[in-house]
Amino acid sequence: MRYLPLTPEDRMAMLNTIGAASVDDFYEDVPQSARLDGQIRDLPDHQGELAVERHMARLAGKNRTASDGPFFVGAGAYKHHVPASVDMIIQRSEFLTTYTPYQPEIAQGTLQTLFEFQTQVAAMTAMDVANASMYDGSTACAEAAVMACRVTRRKKVVLSGGLHPHYAAATRLLCEAQGIEVIELAPAIDGELELANHVDDTTACVIGQSPNVFGTVTDLSSVAAAAHEKKALLVSVFTEAVSLGLVTPPGEMGADIAVGEGQSIGNSLNFGGPYVGLFACTQKLVRQMPGRLCGETVDADGERGFVLTLSTREQHIRRDKATSNICTNSGLCALAFTAHMTLLGGTGFKQLAELKHEAACDLADALEAVPGVEILTPRFFNEFAFETPVDAEAVLAMLDERGVLGGVRVSRMLPDGGMGNVILAAATECTTQDDIAAYAAALKEVI
Amino acid sequence: MGMQSTGRPTSPVSVITPAGSTVSGSKGLLQREDLIFEVGSWDKTGVDLPAPKGTKNRLGGVTRKAETSLPGLSEPEAVRHYVRLSQKNYAIDLGLFPLGACTMKHNPRLNEKAARIPGFADVHPMQPQGTVQGALELIDELATWLKTLTGMPAVAMSPKAGAHGELCGMLAIRQALIARGEGETRKRVLVPASAHGTNPATAIQCGFVVDEIAADARGRVDMVDLKSKLETTDDIAGIMLTNPNTCGLFETDIKEIADLIHAAGGYFYCDGANFNAIVGRVRPGDLGVDAMHINLHKTFSTPHGGGGPGSGPTVLSDALAPYAPVPYVVKDEDGFHLVEAAEGEASEAFGRMVAFHGQMGMFVRALTYMLSHGADGLKQVAEDAVLNANYVQARMKDVMTPAFDGYCMHEALFSDAFTAEGIETIDIAKALIDEGYHPMTMYFPLVVHGAMLIEPTETESKQELDRFCDALADVARRAAAGDEAMKGAPYLAPKKRLDETRAARKPILKWTPPVPEAIAAE
Repeated sequence: MRYLPLTPEDRMAMLNTIGAASVDDFYEDVPQSARLDGQIRDLPDHQGELAVERHMARLAGKNRTASDGPFFVGAGAYKHHVPASVDMIIQRSEFLTTYTPYQPEIAQGTLQTLFEFQTQVAAMTAMDVANASMYDGSTACAEAAVMACRVTRRKKVVLSGGLHPHYAAATRLLCEAQGIEVIELAPAIDGELELANHVDDTTACVIGQSPNVFGTVTDLSSVAAAAHEKKALLVSVFTEAVSLGLVTPPGEMGADIAVGEGQSIGNSLNFGGPYVGLFACTQKLVRQMPGRLCGETVDADGERGFVLTLSTREQHIRRDKATSNICTNSGLCALAFTAHMTLLGGTGFKQLAELKHEAACDLADALEAVPGVEILTPRFFNEFAFETPVDAEAVLAMLDERGVLGGVRVSRMLPDGGMGNVILAAATECTTQDDIAAYAAALKEVI
Repeated sequence: MGMQSTGRPTSPVSVITPAGSTVSGSKGLLQREDLIFEVGSWDKTGVDLPAPKGTKNRLGGVTRKAETSLPGLSEPEAVRHYVRLSQKNYAIDLGLFPLGACTMKHNPRLNEKAARIPGFADVHPMQPQGTVQGALELIDELATWLKTLTGMPAVAMSPKAGAHGELCGMLAIRQALIARGEGETRKRVLVPASAHGTNPATAIQCGFVVDEIAADARGRVDMVDLKSKLETTDDIAGIMLTNPNTCGLFETDIKEIADLIHAAGGYFYCDGANFNAIVGRVRPGDLGVDAMHINLHKTFSTPHGGGGPGSGPTVLSDALAPYAPVPYVVKDEDGFHLVEAAEGEASEAFGRMVAFHGQMGMFVRALTYMLSHGADGLKQVAEDAVLNANYVQARMKDVMTPAFDGYCMHEALFSDAFTAEGIETIDIAKALIDEGYHPMTMYFPLVVHGAMLIEPTETESKQELDRFCDALADVARRAAAGDEAMKGAPYLAPKKRLDETRAARKPILKWTPPVPEAIAAE
């Protein structure tokens, strides 16, 4: 077995040192009735690299990739180009095969990259501070809601009708388990500002999204003002981090907490995970934040160094009084994010956002020209909703037959949303003019 | 002109004064590396993008006012930045990483290769299901492995990490209680004092209250205390128990504990963090477990990545299976499909925990590992892990103080009883750094004074274990002798001991531009 270094002779010698007759001695505490006779049945025995690789390649071969043809699927995860050096960096043994940096003297590599990550995320969101990442955007959103309840000592959160339905579901789940009331506004393509009408003296926070799940970009400043008037918080959500290069960021709208998905910077689609949740807030809320934080300090020689800090918020110290049960961040995905951002810089980041936006505008122009298509999203960054005269599931299936993955039908996420004919289509810097032409031509054929 | 016949010196000469600080701040191979904000240029970029056309804008004026002022680096600078930083990290690929409770085993590179096949990495979670049949089949195949290895009938695949799997299991218990009409009355969850901090934190997140049970002198659940906590049963939601437990011991009374909890009307959540000790030898399903998360990043070798991403699929008993969260994969005559909404066939599901379907990239790695080892190899994994831990315990028992008598499972636990006055666990940990090792888990579990928890894992050779034990024994002897020099360790690491108190007192959580001297002086 190629991953096991012990030889039969080693095992005998070690048993002798220990004074045990066989490894069975170590399992004596296992109740007799739970001891397995021989090995687990119904599973194959070990295989060599070649055989395993063939097995995995066979499974992978049954999937269509986002690079196999014109591709417009988004709704919270986006196809992007990732520079080759990013994947090389995250495969460095010292990053890939290390643990949480609990021993800072021998983990400055991880810690410094986290400090840089936090600085980048704070700058991108225009917030005071960011943590060292969360599982993904949806869980970051849920954690933001319960954090708002801790901060305000209130137990009601209001979700906009444009919040990604998966984010809303994850948030509702965590809140309801803690006895927090969740009010979900009816699905609305352009209804984020409606949140301002649903704040009262018992509201902990309102959660709005820009760009929202339908692609609509909204300046939430008036929502922030309405929330603050009632001493409630604004949680501002995004599912496409690249939008921050062009669209009004949470910090410029008065958000108290900003959360979002960072997948589109540095990370592959990976069929939904692992991704990297971004979490930022104002300075005064920092001690109520969930998740890991890296901070600057000095060592015994007075030299600058970095450590995990404010861990008195965390479960391994505070146990039942922790701000969250979270015990990991999304370390390697955060590294990919920060490495890609370091390559882009502020200049490249803005340029990338512009390219995405222009591709989406070109796509909208082309689809709008198809008879029967109506673009429903009034203001958008990289993604928009459009309606056709035909059921969206049927349209996407027919597009698929023509080699075009045309987007996500809204009814897949909102089965009862009354939007059976609505499709979300996303463009990125990977989208070519040929892709757009192919989409428009195929759509013309099927509706 | 003749050739130079002397050449360069090829033998070292002894130098009286060692090199102290250097002008560059580097130390030989260890390069000094500043923050990107101090070295990057603010208008540079290491990515060649086409120029935007500059014509279109459909943002409706919702545009960013202030520039995202962040530095950029060219590719050679960026690569060097991260490689230099990487060299300041300890890693499994560098040496033994005996962090108890964390299972720092070798991360096979075949796993990484498989996860990067475009058919897995470049697939979108919301593509039409007909275009992702291989991905769904992989999830189903991994689920089959997990169910078979644990002897459990169902598994929820979407939890993103171990603690998230705990949340999944406890939410399933909560939902089952609600379905029984006892959601409001059964709120008490028993948690041993030795538990991972995530256990009580998770119970609270789910709206439960925590009732701590004591450990006995053998490092197991104190059955007398447990029974006293079960004198009233109508408020019992369940128990959260790690097995093998955090002392590295198998809970001898586990079946009785399960029976007691079930008789009290509660459910048994098992923290599966230590599954590596028993995989292939014991099935949690045979122990009366109702829910257990499996850390794919521990037992099934997906990389820890400096703190994530993890993955925590959670196996469920028949009693809890109906409440499993969406989405999940089912197979029918047309192939595989996803059940994504908590309605219809999933109407009892407790909800949705995350966007999309879980940590697919980790699923690929874990299945690759399972196929590589097979059922026979996984059994050997557990046995070698336990053998290695017992070997370390046997070799160290005369110089350190084992916390409990008898054999351990996959990790060996010591107390600080053997150290001299003034030397404590952290000093031993930091002295080990100078010997070239990552320290063991320190001060955990809380039930042992100055705990040192050593988990070597099965991927260490006997030679490596011997080398480690020799170093640890020397450090232990110094600790017993009260070697004051240990208080200053590490001396040979990239950094000296760091001031964590200072970091927490006035947190600096991001880089800020230095204040120009003229302004600072005002």
